[in-house]
Amino acid sequence: MIRLKDVEKEYENGTYALRGITLTIDDGEFVFLVGPSGSGKSTIIKLLTGEIMPTSGRIIINGFSMTKISDRQIPLLRRSIGVIFQDFRLIEKKTVYENLSFAMRAVGASPRTIRSRIPYVLELVGLEEKTNQYPHELSGGEQQRVAIARALVNNPNTIIADEPTGNLDPARSLEIMRLLGRINELGTTVVVVTHERDLVDRFQKRVVMLDQGKITGDGVGYEAK
Amino acid sequence: MQRHDFTYFVHEGASNLFSHGFMSFAAVGVTVACLLIMGTFSLVAYNAEMLLKTLESEYEILAFIDDDFSAARTQQVGEKLQQLPNVKSVEFITRQEAMDAFEQRALDDYTRAHLDPNMFRDRYAVFVKDLNLVRQTAEEVRAEAGVEDVRVDEDIAGGFILVRNVAGAVSLALVAVLLVVSVFIISNTIRLTTFDRRDEIAIMKMVGATNGFIRWPFVYEGFFLGLLSSLIAFVLQWLVYAALAQSIVAADTLKFLRVVPFSDIWKPVALTFGTAGMVIGVGGSLTAIRKFLQV
Ligand SMILES: Nc1ncnc2c1ncn2[C@@H]1O[C@H](COP(=O)(O)OP(=O)(O)OP(=O)(O)O)[C@@H](O)[C@H]1O
Ligand SMILES: [Mg+2]
Repeated sequence: MIRLKDVEKEYENGTYALRGITLTIDDGEFVFLVGPSGSGKSTIIKLLTGEIMPTSGRIIINGFSMTKISDRQIPLLRRSIGVIFQDFRLIEKKTVYENLSFAMRAVGASPRTIRSRIPYVLELVGLEEKTNQYPHELSGGEQQRVAIARALVNNPNTIIADEPTGNLDPARSLEIMRLLGRINELGTTVVVVTHERDLVDRFQKRVVMLDQGKITGDGVGYEAK
Repeated sequence: MQRHDFTYFVHEGASNLFSHGFMSFAAVGVTVACLLIMGTFSLVAYNAEMLLKTLESEYEILAFIDDDFSAARTQQVGEKLQQLPNVKSVEFITRQEAMDAFEQRALDDYTRAHLDPNMFRDRYAVFVKDLNLVRQTAEEVRAEAGVEDVRVDEDIAGGFILVRNVAGAVSLALVAVLLVVSVFIISNTIRLTTFDRRDEIAIMKMVGATNGFIRWPFVYEGFFLGLLSSLIAFVLQWLVYAALAQSIVAADTLKFLRVVPFSDIWKPVALTFGTAGMVIGVGGSLTAIRKFLQV
Protein backbone atom coordinates (compact mmCIF):
# COMPACT_ATOMS: atom_id res chain seq x y z
CA MET A 1 0.00 0.00 0.00
CA ILE A 2 1.12 3.50 -0.84
CA ARG A 3 0.03 6.42 1.31
CA LEU A 4 1.10 10.04 0.96
CA LYS A 5 -0.08 12.62 3.50
CA ASP A 6 0.42 16.37 3.01
CA VAL A 7 3.62 15.77 1.08
CA GLU A 8 5.60 18.82 0.02
CA LYS A 9 8.82 18.81 -1.96
CA GLU A 10 11.06 21.78 -2.45
CA TYR A 11 14.25 21.07 -4.42
CA GLU A 12 17.59 22.50 -3.26
CA ASN A 13 17.38 25.26 -5.87
CA GLY A 14 14.08 26.48 -4.41
CA THR A 15 11.72 24.93 -6.98
CA TYR A 16 8.47 23.88 -5.34
CA ALA A 17 7.58 20.63 -7.12
CA LEU A 18 4.87 19.31 -4.80
CA ARG A 19 2.51 21.39 -2.66
CA GLY A 20 0.53 19.18 -0.30
CA ILE A 21 -0.14 15.82 -1.92
CA THR A 22 -2.46 13.40 -0.11
CA LEU A 23 -3.01 10.13 -1.92
CA THR A 24 -3.70 6.50 -1.09
CA ILE A 25 -3.16 3.59 -3.49
CA ASP A 26 -4.32 0.19 -2.26
CA ASP A 27 -2.68 -3.13 -2.96
CA GLY A 28 -3.70 -4.50 -6.34
CA GLU A 29 -4.82 -1.15 -7.79
CA PHE A 30 -3.94 0.17 -11.25
CA VAL A 31 -3.45 3.95 -11.25
CA PHE A 32 -2.59 6.41 -13.99
CA LEU A 33 -0.76 9.52 -12.85
CA VAL A 34 -1.29 12.27 -15.42
CA GLY A 35 -0.59 15.97 -15.70
CA PRO A 36 1.26 18.58 -17.74
CA SER A 37 5.00 18.73 -17.96
CA GLY A 38 6.54 19.98 -14.74
CA SER A 39 3.46 19.16 -12.66
CA GLY A 40 5.49 16.91 -10.33
CA LYS A 41 4.77 13.38 -11.61
CA SER A 42 8.39 12.24 -11.69
CA THR A 43 8.96 13.88 -8.32
CA ILE A 44 6.30 11.60 -6.82
CA ILE A 45 7.97 8.57 -8.43
CA LYS A 46 11.36 9.53 -7.01
CA LEU A 47 9.84 9.92 -3.56
CA LEU A 48 8.36 6.45 -3.80
CA THR A 49 11.67 4.83 -4.75
CA GLY A 50 13.59 6.62 -2.02
CA GLU A 51 15.73 8.52 -4.50
CA ILE A 52 14.73 11.82 -2.86
CA MET A 53 13.13 12.65 0.49
CA PRO A 54 10.07 14.86 1.07
CA THR A 55 10.51 18.34 2.52
CA SER A 56 7.52 17.71 4.75
CA GLY A 57 4.59 15.32 5.11
CA ARG A 58 4.51 11.54 5.48
CA ILE A 59 4.99 8.73 2.97
CA ILE A 60 4.36 5.09 3.74
CA ILE A 61 5.02 2.51 1.06
CA ASN A 62 4.79 -1.25 1.47
CA GLY A 63 5.14 -0.80 5.22
CA PHE A 64 8.23 1.45 5.06
CA SER A 65 7.87 4.99 6.39
CA MET A 66 10.02 7.11 4.09
CA THR A 67 10.62 9.79 6.69
CA LYS A 68 12.02 7.25 9.14
CA ILE A 69 13.63 4.75 6.79
CA SER A 70 17.28 3.93 7.47
CA ASP A 71 19.95 3.56 4.79
CA ARG A 72 19.99 -0.16 5.46
CA GLN A 73 16.26 -0.50 4.82
CA ILE A 74 16.21 1.34 1.52
CA PRO A 75 17.40 -1.72 -0.47
CA LEU A 76 14.59 -3.73 1.11
CA LEU A 77 12.04 -1.12 0.08
CA ARG A 78 13.42 -1.12 -3.46
CA ARG A 79 13.10 -4.89 -3.69
CA SER A 80 9.37 -4.49 -3.14
CA ILE A 81 9.06 -2.11 -6.10
CA GLY A 82 9.87 -2.67 -9.76
CA VAL A 83 10.70 0.54 -11.64
CA ILE A 84 10.38 1.19 -15.37
CA PHE A 85 11.61 4.30 -17.23
CA GLN A 86 10.96 5.90 -20.56
CA ASP A 87 14.55 5.20 -21.68
CA PHE A 88 14.54 1.47 -20.71
CA ARG A 89 17.96 1.60 -18.97
CA LEU A 90 19.13 -1.80 -20.11
CA ILE A 91 22.79 -2.80 -20.03
CA GLU A 92 23.89 -2.75 -23.67
CA LYS A 93 26.73 -5.25 -23.23
CA LYS A 94 24.44 -7.86 -21.72
CA THR A 95 21.90 -10.09 -23.43
CA VAL A 96 18.25 -10.10 -22.44
CA TYR A 97 18.89 -13.08 -20.21
CA GLU A 98 21.97 -11.49 -18.64
CA ASN A 99 20.12 -8.24 -17.99
CA LEU A 100 17.57 -10.16 -15.97
CA SER A 101 20.07 -12.40 -14.19
CA PHE A 102 22.10 -9.31 -13.31
CA ALA A 103 19.07 -7.81 -11.55
CA MET A 104 18.46 -11.07 -9.69
CA ARG A 105 22.06 -11.58 -8.67
CA ALA A 106 22.15 -8.02 -7.32
CA VAL A 107 19.68 -9.04 -4.64
CA GLY A 108 21.46 -12.29 -3.86
CA ALA A 109 19.32 -14.80 -5.79
CA SER A 110 20.91 -18.23 -6.22
CA PRO A 111 21.80 -19.52 -9.71
CA ARG A 112 19.09 -22.14 -9.38
CA THR A 113 16.38 -19.55 -8.62
CA ILE A 114 17.64 -17.42 -11.50
CA ARG A 115 17.46 -20.30 -13.98
CA SER A 116 13.91 -21.17 -13.10
CA ARG A 117 12.53 -17.64 -12.77
CA ILE A 118 13.79 -15.96 -15.96
CA PRO A 119 12.00 -18.18 -18.55
CA TYR A 120 8.74 -17.64 -16.69
CA VAL A 121 9.07 -13.85 -16.73
CA LEU A 122 10.20 -13.76 -20.36
CA GLU A 123 7.19 -15.76 -21.36
CA LEU A 124 4.95 -13.36 -19.44
CA VAL A 125 6.25 -10.41 -21.48
CA GLY A 126 6.31 -12.45 -24.70
CA LEU A 127 10.06 -12.43 -25.28
CA GLU A 128 11.00 -16.07 -24.85
CA GLU A 129 12.31 -16.02 -28.45
CA LYS A 130 14.72 -13.17 -27.72
CA THR A 131 16.48 -14.61 -24.68
CA ASN A 132 20.01 -14.38 -26.06
CA GLN A 133 19.75 -11.17 -28.06
CA TYR A 134 21.35 -7.88 -27.14
CA PRO A 135 19.24 -4.75 -26.50
CA HIS A 136 20.38 -3.08 -29.74
CA GLU A 137 19.02 -6.05 -31.67
CA LEU A 138 15.51 -5.39 -30.34
CA SER A 139 12.79 -2.86 -31.22
CA GLY A 140 11.91 -0.11 -28.75
CA GLY A 141 8.76 -1.96 -27.68
CA GLU A 142 10.75 -5.15 -27.13
CA GLN A 143 13.38 -3.31 -25.15
CA GLN A 144 10.69 -1.85 -22.92
CA ARG A 145 9.30 -5.34 -22.41
CA VAL A 146 12.75 -6.48 -21.29
CA ALA A 147 12.74 -3.58 -18.82
CA ILE A 148 9.31 -4.70 -17.58
CA ALA A 149 10.60 -8.24 -17.23
CA ARG A 150 13.53 -6.93 -15.22
CA ALA A 151 11.18 -4.94 -13.00
CA LEU A 152 9.16 -8.11 -12.40
CA VAL A 153 11.93 -10.62 -12.06
CA ASN A 154 12.46 -10.14 -8.32
CA ASN A 155 8.74 -10.53 -7.75
CA PRO A 156 7.88 -7.06 -6.36
CA ASN A 157 4.37 -6.29 -5.19
CA THR A 158 4.37 -2.88 -6.89
CA ILE A 159 5.39 -1.74 -10.37
CA ILE A 160 6.08 1.94 -10.93
CA ALA A 161 6.48 3.19 -14.49
CA ASP A 162 7.52 6.74 -15.42
CA GLU A 163 6.30 7.38 -18.98
CA PRO A 164 7.02 3.83 -20.12
CA THR A 165 5.60 4.53 -23.58
CA GLY A 166 7.18 7.92 -24.15
CA ASN A 167 9.57 6.56 -26.78
CA LEU A 168 7.13 4.24 -28.54
CA ASP A 169 4.62 4.55 -31.36
CA PRO A 170 0.88 4.28 -30.50
CA ALA A 171 0.61 0.57 -31.38
CA ARG A 172 3.60 -0.40 -29.23
CA SER A 173 2.37 1.87 -26.45
CA LEU A 174 -0.94 0.09 -26.37
CA GLU A 175 0.85 -3.26 -26.20
CA ILE A 176 2.90 -2.11 -23.25
CA MET A 177 -0.15 -0.76 -21.40
CA ARG A 178 -1.99 -4.02 -21.98
CA LEU A 179 0.99 -5.91 -20.63
CA LEU A 180 1.00 -3.73 -17.51
CA GLY A 181 -2.76 -4.36 -17.21
CA ARG A 182 -2.16 -8.10 -17.34
CA ILE A 183 0.55 -7.86 -14.71
CA ASN A 184 -1.92 -5.94 -12.54
CA GLU A 185 -4.48 -8.70 -12.98
CA LEU A 186 -1.92 -11.15 -11.62
CA GLY A 187 -2.00 -9.17 -8.37
CA THR A 188 0.72 -6.53 -8.68
CA THR A 189 -0.05 -2.90 -7.84
CA VAL A 190 0.74 -0.74 -10.89
CA VAL A 191 1.33 3.02 -10.99
CA VAL A 192 1.88 4.48 -14.47
CA VAL A 193 2.87 8.05 -15.25
CA THR A 194 1.86 9.11 -18.73
CA HIS A 195 1.20 12.06 -20.98
CA GLU A 196 -0.90 10.14 -23.44
CA ARG A 197 -4.53 10.91 -22.98
CA ASP A 198 -5.74 8.60 -25.76
CA LEU A 199 -4.10 5.70 -24.09
CA VAL A 200 -5.63 6.48 -20.72
CA ASP A 201 -9.05 6.78 -22.28
CA ARG A 202 -8.86 3.21 -23.59
CA PHE A 203 -8.61 1.80 -20.09
CA GLN A 204 -11.29 2.23 -17.47
CA LYS A 205 -8.83 2.73 -14.63
CA ARG A 206 -8.29 5.14 -11.80
CA VAL A 207 -6.70 8.41 -12.93
CA VAL A 208 -4.95 10.85 -10.60
CA MET A 209 -4.46 14.28 -12.17
CA LEU A 210 -1.68 16.57 -11.12
CA ASP A 211 -1.10 20.23 -11.88
CA GLN A 212 1.55 22.52 -10.44
CA GLY A 213 2.30 20.15 -7.62
CA LYS A 214 -1.31 19.64 -6.55
CA ILE A 215 -3.87 16.92 -7.18
CA THR A 216 -6.65 18.35 -9.36
CA GLY A 217 -8.64 15.21 -9.98
CA ASP A 218 -8.93 11.61 -8.83
CA GLY A 219 -11.39 9.07 -10.21
CA VAL A 220 -12.10 6.49 -12.89
CA GLY A 221 -11.47 7.80 -16.41
CA TYR A 222 -9.85 10.98 -17.61
CA GLU A 223 -12.94 13.16 -17.27
CA ALA A 224 -13.43 12.44 -13.59
CA LYS A 225 -13.06 15.56 -11.50
CA MET B 1 28.05 -14.17 2.22
CA GLN B 2 26.77 -16.96 0.01
CA ARG B 3 29.19 -18.98 -2.06
CA HIS B 4 27.60 -18.02 -5.36
CA ASP B 5 27.92 -14.37 -4.37
CA PHE B 6 31.59 -14.85 -3.54
CA THR B 7 32.33 -16.44 -6.91
CA TYR B 8 30.50 -13.58 -8.57
CA PHE B 9 32.47 -10.89 -6.71
CA VAL B 10 35.81 -12.51 -7.46
CA HIS B 11 34.91 -12.94 -11.11
CA GLU B 12 33.69 -9.35 -11.46
CA GLY B 13 36.71 -8.00 -9.62
CA ALA B 14 39.13 -9.90 -11.84
CA SER B 15 37.38 -8.85 -15.03
CA ASN B 16 37.43 -5.20 -13.90
CA LEU B 17 41.18 -5.61 -13.64
CA PHE B 18 41.48 -6.61 -17.27
CA SER B 19 38.95 -4.14 -18.61
CA HIS B 20 41.47 -1.40 -17.82
CA GLY B 21 44.61 -3.33 -18.59
CA PHE B 22 46.89 -0.36 -19.05
CA MET B 23 45.66 1.53 -16.02
CA SER B 24 45.92 -1.59 -13.86
CA PHE B 25 49.42 -2.13 -15.18
CA ALA B 26 50.37 1.45 -14.33
CA ALA B 27 48.85 1.19 -10.86
CA VAL B 28 50.73 -2.04 -10.16
CA GLY B 29 53.93 -0.46 -11.47
CA VAL B 30 53.68 2.59 -9.22
CA THR B 31 52.69 0.49 -6.21
CA VAL B 32 55.62 -1.88 -6.80
CA ALA B 33 57.98 1.10 -7.00
CA CYS B 34 56.57 2.53 -3.77
CA LEU B 35 56.84 -0.78 -1.96
CA LEU B 36 60.41 -1.23 -3.19
CA ILE B 37 61.51 2.20 -2.03
CA MET B 38 59.85 1.72 1.35
CA GLY B 39 61.30 -1.77 1.62
CA THR B 40 64.83 -0.79 0.71
CA PHE B 41 65.00 2.07 3.19
CA SER B 42 63.43 -0.01 5.92
CA LEU B 43 65.95 -2.78 5.31
CA VAL B 44 68.86 -0.31 5.45
CA ALA B 45 67.48 1.00 8.74
CA TYR B 46 67.09 -2.55 9.96
CA ASN B 47 70.66 -3.45 9.09
CA ALA B 48 71.98 -0.32 10.76
CA GLU B 49 69.99 -1.25 13.82
CA MET B 50 71.41 -4.77 13.84
CA LEU B 51 74.95 -3.46 13.41
CA LEU B 52 74.38 -1.07 16.23
CA LYS B 53 73.19 -3.92 18.44
CA THR B 54 76.35 -5.89 17.73
CA LEU B 55 78.42 -2.80 18.24
CA GLU B 56 76.65 -2.09 21.50
CA SER B 57 77.44 -5.55 22.83
CA GLU B 58 81.08 -5.25 21.83
CA TYR B 59 81.54 -1.60 22.60
CA GLU B 60 83.58 -0.96 25.73
CA ILE B 61 84.68 1.98 27.78
CA LEU B 62 88.09 1.30 29.29
CA ALA B 63 88.53 2.54 32.86
CA PHE B 64 92.16 2.48 34.00
CA ILE B 65 92.64 1.91 37.69
CA ASP B 66 95.01 3.84 39.91
CA ASP B 67 98.20 1.76 40.37
CA ASP B 68 98.18 2.47 44.10
CA PHE B 69 94.86 0.73 44.63
CA SER B 70 94.88 -2.61 46.39
CA ALA B 71 93.09 -5.60 44.94
CA ALA B 72 90.26 -5.17 47.44
CA ARG B 73 89.76 -1.49 46.64
CA THR B 74 89.95 -2.23 42.93
CA GLN B 75 87.19 -4.74 43.44
CA GLN B 76 85.09 -2.06 45.14
CA VAL B 77 85.59 0.27 42.17
CA GLY B 78 84.27 -2.50 39.90
CA GLU B 79 81.15 -2.90 42.03
CA LYS B 80 80.52 0.83 41.94
CA LEU B 81 80.93 0.97 38.17
CA GLN B 82 78.48 -1.89 37.84
CA GLN B 83 75.87 0.21 39.63
CA LEU B 84 75.98 3.11 37.16
CA PRO B 85 72.63 3.42 35.36
CA ASN B 86 73.73 2.77 31.77
CA VAL B 87 76.18 -0.01 32.59
CA LYS B 88 75.30 -3.50 31.45
CA SER B 89 78.37 -5.32 32.76
CA VAL B 90 81.97 -4.74 33.77
CA GLU B 91 84.90 -7.03 33.22
CA PHE B 92 88.17 -6.82 35.07
CA ILE B 93 91.31 -7.08 32.97
CA THR B 94 94.68 -7.42 34.67
CA ARG B 95 97.72 -5.70 33.27
CA GLN B 96 99.07 -9.12 32.28
CA GLU B 97 95.93 -9.90 30.28
CA ALA B 98 96.06 -6.49 28.69
CA MET B 99 99.60 -7.11 27.64
CA ASP B 100 98.77 -10.56 26.25
CA ALA B 101 95.97 -9.05 24.20
CA PHE B 102 98.30 -6.33 23.02
CA GLU B 103 100.86 -8.95 22.01
CA GLN B 104 98.32 -10.68 19.80
CA ARG B 105 98.36 -7.75 17.43
CA ALA B 106 101.19 -7.89 14.99
CA LEU B 107 103.98 -5.70 16.33
CA ASP B 108 107.52 -5.27 15.36
CA ASP B 109 109.99 -7.51 17.21
CA TYR B 110 111.54 -4.64 19.11
CA THR B 111 108.36 -3.66 20.83
CA ARG B 112 107.51 -7.27 21.46
CA ALA B 113 110.83 -7.94 23.10
CA HIS B 114 110.54 -4.96 25.40
CA LEU B 115 106.95 -5.54 26.51
CA ASP B 116 106.49 -5.61 30.23
CA PRO B 117 103.26 -5.94 32.21
CA ASN B 118 104.26 -2.87 34.20
CA MET B 119 103.83 -0.76 31.12
CA PHE B 120 100.13 -1.56 31.42
CA ARG B 121 97.56 -0.76 34.02
CA ASP B 122 94.78 -2.86 35.49
CA ARG B 123 91.54 -1.85 33.93
CA TYR B 124 87.83 -2.47 33.74
CA ALA B 125 86.08 -2.94 30.42
CA VAL B 126 82.69 -1.32 30.91
CA PHE B 127 79.85 -2.45 28.58
CA VAL B 128 76.90 -0.10 28.11
CA LYS B 129 73.20 -0.65 27.62
CA ASP B 130 72.57 2.27 25.29
CA LEU B 131 75.20 3.60 22.94
CA ASN B 132 73.43 6.96 22.70
CA LEU B 133 74.51 7.70 26.27
CA VAL B 134 78.14 6.68 25.93
CA ARG B 135 79.56 10.18 26.43
CA GLN B 136 77.65 10.74 29.65
CA THR B 137 78.46 7.27 30.97
CA ALA B 138 82.15 7.80 30.23
CA GLU B 139 82.04 10.98 32.35
CA GLU B 140 80.40 9.11 35.21
CA VAL B 141 83.05 6.39 35.01
CA ARG B 142 85.79 9.02 35.00
CA ALA B 143 84.30 10.63 38.10
CA GLU B 144 84.57 7.39 40.09
CA ALA B 145 87.34 7.44 42.72
CA GLY B 146 90.18 5.16 41.71
CA VAL B 147 89.59 5.60 37.99
CA GLU B 148 92.62 7.39 36.70
CA ASP B 149 91.77 7.63 33.07
CA VAL B 150 89.10 6.59 30.60
CA ARG B 151 89.36 5.64 26.97
CA VAL B 152 86.28 5.78 24.78
CA ASP B 153 85.84 5.71 21.02
CA GLU B 154 83.02 8.13 20.48
CA ASP B 155 83.41 8.53 16.74
CA ILE B 156 82.39 5.02 15.78
CA ALA B 157 79.40 5.09 18.08
CA GLY B 158 78.30 8.49 16.80
CA GLY B 159 78.58 7.42 13.15
CA PHE B 160 76.37 4.41 13.54
CA ILE B 161 73.81 6.18 15.60
CA LEU B 162 73.58 8.79 12.87
CA VAL B 163 73.08 6.19 10.12
CA ARG B 164 70.47 4.38 12.15
CA ASN B 165 68.55 7.52 13.06
CA VAL B 166 68.62 8.97 9.56
CA ALA B 167 67.63 5.72 7.85
CA GLY B 168 64.91 5.20 10.45
CA ALA B 169 63.47 8.68 10.03
CA VAL B 170 63.72 8.61 6.24
CA SER B 171 62.03 5.24 5.95
CA LEU B 172 59.27 6.32 8.31
CA ALA B 173 58.60 9.44 6.26
CA LEU B 174 58.80 7.47 3.01
CA VAL B 175 56.39 4.84 4.26
CA ALA B 176 53.87 7.55 5.13
CA VAL B 177 54.19 9.44 1.84
CA LEU B 178 54.40 6.43 -0.46
CA LEU B 179 51.47 4.68 1.21
CA VAL B 180 49.34 7.69 0.41
CA VAL B 181 50.69 7.80 -3.15
CA SER B 182 49.91 4.15 -3.81
CA VAL B 183 46.46 4.30 -2.25
CA PHE B 184 45.78 7.32 -4.45
CA ILE B 185 46.87 5.64 -7.68
CA ILE B 186 44.96 2.44 -6.99
CA SER B 187 41.95 4.48 -5.98
CA ASN B 188 42.07 6.29 -9.31
CA THR B 189 42.27 3.06 -11.25
CA ILE B 190 39.22 1.73 -9.49
CA ARG B 191 37.40 5.02 -9.89
CA LEU B 192 37.79 4.43 -13.61
CA THR B 193 35.99 1.10 -13.40
CA THR B 194 33.27 2.52 -11.20
CA PHE B 195 32.81 5.20 -13.85
CA ASP B 196 32.59 2.55 -16.56
CA ARG B 197 30.05 0.72 -14.52
CA ARG B 198 27.98 3.62 -13.30
CA ASP B 199 24.93 2.40 -15.26
CA GLU B 200 25.21 -1.03 -13.75
CA ILE B 201 25.65 0.47 -10.29
CA ALA B 202 22.54 2.60 -10.82
CA ILE B 203 20.54 -0.48 -11.83
CA MET B 204 21.84 -2.49 -8.90
CA LYS B 205 20.68 0.27 -6.57
CA MET B 206 17.35 0.51 -8.34
CA VAL B 207 16.57 -3.17 -7.87
CA GLY B 208 17.63 -3.05 -4.21
CA ALA B 209 21.21 -4.27 -4.01
CA THR B 210 22.86 -3.43 -0.71
CA ASN B 211 25.87 -1.13 -0.63
CA GLY B 212 27.93 -4.06 0.54
CA PHE B 213 27.00 -6.06 -2.52
CA ILE B 214 27.85 -3.20 -4.85
CA ARG B 215 31.15 -2.63 -3.09
CA TRP B 216 32.55 -6.17 -3.10
CA PRO B 217 33.68 -6.52 -6.75
CA PHE B 218 35.64 -3.28 -6.43
CA VAL B 219 37.15 -4.37 -3.16
CA TYR B 220 38.35 -7.55 -4.86
CA GLU B 221 39.72 -5.56 -7.76
CA GLY B 222 41.76 -3.45 -5.32
CA PHE B 223 42.76 -6.55 -3.40
CA PHE B 224 44.10 -8.22 -6.54
CA LEU B 225 45.97 -5.08 -7.59
CA GLY B 226 47.55 -4.79 -4.14
CA LEU B 227 48.42 -8.47 -3.89
CA LEU B 228 49.93 -8.58 -7.37
CA SER B 229 52.00 -5.48 -6.53
CA SER B 230 53.30 -6.95 -3.30
CA LEU B 231 54.26 -10.22 -5.01
CA ILE B 232 56.25 -8.45 -7.70
CA ALA B 233 57.75 -6.04 -5.19
CA PHE B 234 58.84 -8.91 -2.98
CA VAL B 235 60.72 -10.67 -5.77
CA LEU B 236 62.36 -7.43 -6.88
CA GLN B 237 63.23 -6.54 -3.29
CA TRP B 238 65.00 -9.83 -2.96
CA LEU B 239 67.08 -9.16 -6.07
CA VAL B 240 67.85 -5.56 -5.07
CA TYR B 241 68.84 -6.62 -1.57
CA ALA B 242 71.06 -9.44 -2.78
CA ALA B 243 72.76 -7.08 -5.25
CA LEU B 244 73.35 -4.44 -2.56
CA ALA B 245 74.70 -7.01 -0.10
CA GLN B 246 76.98 -8.38 -2.78
CA SER B 247 78.47 -4.99 -3.57
CA ILE B 248 78.99 -4.20 0.12
CA VAL B 249 80.89 -7.43 0.64
CA ALA B 250 82.94 -6.74 -2.48
CA ALA B 251 83.85 -3.17 -1.49
CA ASP B 252 87.09 -2.94 0.51
CA THR B 253 86.05 0.04 2.60
CA LEU B 254 82.74 -1.50 3.63
CA LYS B 255 84.00 -4.96 4.57
CA PHE B 256 83.44 -4.36 8.24
CA LEU B 257 79.67 -4.06 7.63
CA ARG B 258 77.78 -7.23 8.28
CA VAL B 259 74.66 -7.54 6.13
CA VAL B 260 71.82 -9.71 7.40
CA PRO B 261 71.23 -12.36 4.70
CA PHE B 262 67.82 -12.07 2.98
CA SER B 263 67.08 -15.71 3.73
CA ASP B 264 67.04 -14.76 7.43
CA ILE B 265 64.40 -12.09 7.01
CA TRP B 266 62.30 -13.11 4.00
CA LYS B 267 59.35 -14.16 6.14
CA PRO B 268 58.74 -10.85 7.91
CA VAL B 269 59.51 -9.01 4.66
CA ALA B 270 56.95 -11.11 2.75
CA LEU B 271 54.41 -10.62 5.53
CA THR B 272 54.94 -6.86 5.59
CA PHE B 273 54.76 -6.54 1.80
CA GLY B 274 51.65 -8.70 1.65
CA THR B 275 49.92 -6.72 4.37
CA ALA B 276 50.96 -3.39 2.88
CA GLY B 277 49.75 -4.51 -0.57
CA MET B 278 46.37 -5.53 0.77
CA VAL B 279 45.96 -2.38 2.84
CA ILE B 280 46.89 -0.25 -0.16
CA GLY B 281 44.60 -2.17 -2.52
CA VAL B 282 41.56 -2.39 -0.31
CA GLY B 283 42.10 1.14 1.02
CA GLY B 284 42.31 2.41 -2.54
CA SER B 285 39.10 0.72 -3.61
CA LEU B 286 37.19 1.89 -0.55
CA THR B 287 38.22 5.51 -1.16
CA ALA B 288 37.25 5.15 -4.81
CA ILE B 289 33.72 3.91 -4.18
CA ARG B 290 32.85 5.84 -1.06
CA LYS B 291 31.29 8.68 -3.00
CA PHE B 292 29.39 6.29 -5.25
CA LEU B 293 27.47 4.67 -2.48
CA GLN B 294 25.73 7.67 -1.05
CA VAL B 295 21.93 7.45 -1.67
N1 LIG C 1 16.50 17.70 -9.39
C1 LIG C 1 15.73 18.80 -9.51
N2 LIG C 1 16.18 19.97 -9.01
C2 LIG C 1 15.43 21.08 -9.09
N3 LIG C 1 14.21 21.12 -9.63
C3 LIG C 1 13.70 20.01 -10.14
C4 LIG C 1 14.44 18.79 -10.10
N4 LIG C 1 13.70 17.82 -10.69
C5 LIG C 1 12.56 18.42 -11.06
N5 LIG C 1 12.55 19.72 -10.75
C6 LIG C 1 11.47 20.67 -10.96
O1 LIG C 1 10.34 20.21 -10.25
C7 LIG C 1 9.16 20.42 -11.01
C8 LIG C 1 8.46 19.07 -11.20
O2 LIG C 1 9.30 18.24 -11.98
P1 LIG C 1 8.92 16.75 -12.39
O3 LIG C 1 10.12 16.16 -13.01
O4 LIG C 1 8.35 16.07 -11.20
O5 LIG C 1 7.80 17.01 -13.46
P2 LIG C 1 7.02 15.97 -14.37
O6 LIG C 1 5.60 16.10 -14.03
O7 LIG C 1 7.62 14.63 -14.27
O8 LIG C 1 7.29 16.56 -15.83
P3 LIG C 1 7.48 15.77 -17.22
O9 LIG C 1 6.12 15.38 -17.66
O10 LIG C 1 8.05 16.82 -18.12
O11 LIG C 1 8.38 14.65 -16.98
C9 LIG C 1 9.58 21.07 -12.31
O12 LIG C 1 9.38 22.44 -12.18
C10 LIG C 1 11.06 20.73 -12.40
O13 LIG C 1 11.72 21.76 -13.09
MG1 LIG D 1 8.72 13.34 -15.59
